[in-house]
Amino acid sequence: MAAVKPRVKGPKSASAGEVITIKTLISHPMESGQRKDNDGNAIPRQIINKFTCEFNGQMVFSCDIDPAVSANPYLEFTAKVNEAGSFKFTWVDDDGSVYTDEKEIALK
Amino acid sequence: MKKHYLVVAASIALAGAVSATAFAGGPVDEELVIDGEIQMTTRTAAPEGHPLDEVISGWHYRTKETRALEADTFENPAMLGVEDGEQIWNTVEGTEGKSCASCHGDASESMAGVGAHFPKWDADSGRPINIELQINKCREERMGAEPYAFDKGGQKPLTAYIKHQSLGEPVSLDLAEGDMQSWWDKGKELYYTRFGQLNLSCSNCHEDHNGEYIRADHLSQGQVNGFPTYRLKQAALVSVHNRFRGCIRDTRAEYPAAFSDELMALEVYVTWRGTGLSVETPAVRQ
Repeated sequence: MAAVKPRVKGPKSASAGEVITIKTLISHPMESGQRKDNDGNAIPRQIINKFTCEFNGQMVFSCDIDPAVSANPYLEFTAKVNEAGSFKFTWVDDDGSVYTDEKEIALK
Repeated sequence: MKKHYLVVAASIALAGAVSATAFAGGPVDEELVIDGEIQMTTRTAAPEGHPLDEVISGWHYRTKETRALEADTFENPAMLGVEDGEQIWNTVEGTEGKSCASCHGDASESMAGVGAHFPKWDADSGRPINIELQINKCREERMGAEPYAFDKGGQKPLTAYIKHQSLGEPVSLDLAEGDMQSWWDKGKELYYTRFGQLNLSCSNCHEDHNGEYIRADHLSQGQVNGFPTYRLKQAALVSVHNRFRGCIRDTRAEYPAAFSDELMALEVYVTWRGTGLSVETPAVRQ
């Protein structure tokens, strides 16, 4: 399995008040907990259960993720940009790991 | 009010016309630009001796949504496989304590354009080899590692990673190398030979009827410039020999083993049929 790695794509700059599209992807197996291994033992659940996106400390988008979401969850959403700043993205894993990424945006 | 109705009627008529073209099944008249930067050649004049006038990438035969996935490397699901391949490239394996990078260094330099010219003649084994077999050769001879079994281990991601370094590069084969020409001849014969209970040759679908329907799906020219390809149906990278075998199986024939003489000859010939098309690896198809 490839290492868990977050990725974010969005514009480098935007006009004030512009609505931009942000795409996020994290490589993750999203083990649902419903499967069994070759010996018949249940494979423990391990998924990304929460995703948040903050802009300059203010929540822009967040969601809870459940086991039905397939591997490598891809999320796309829009955000309105009024000022230059930084988006902070957070993915929370069942095992307690927190994966983060940041993206700066400038005003045009 | 009446005018308003007219506008509605006109837009319905227009919508009808649009959907009629969308369902005709032929290649769409659009251009593939990866990430808004790399201009891809997806249609080009056929090489001399080619039965068709124009070679067209399978990208043109897919739906709008599928085409969009390939045009953006962020959304292309196969790029995860390519990243796996990069990891394998840098991983030391075998008794010699080497990785691919130990000899070849940075793949973006050493492998640039390389994948566009495979299969190549291999004088040691006296037959053409593709990237998969070249990797196995390196693993055995230089790394002291076990060769990958067909489609197993890192074979697909590593092949995709190496071929991805040639993204946009036009496909061309050197048929003057070694005995390539006779393998091309053999591949051509296979291409036109009918197989299986359905009695179909490759050409029956991909030459005679490309752009038309086969059951609910569009037939393309069967180009291999985007392999290993991400097929949405399998939700995974699919190697070219896997696809050959799948097609032959669908004619209800017994299919040859991967990397057998038959499939290598077919790969040489079918790759040549796509001469001039950009390498699209990893392409996204239905």
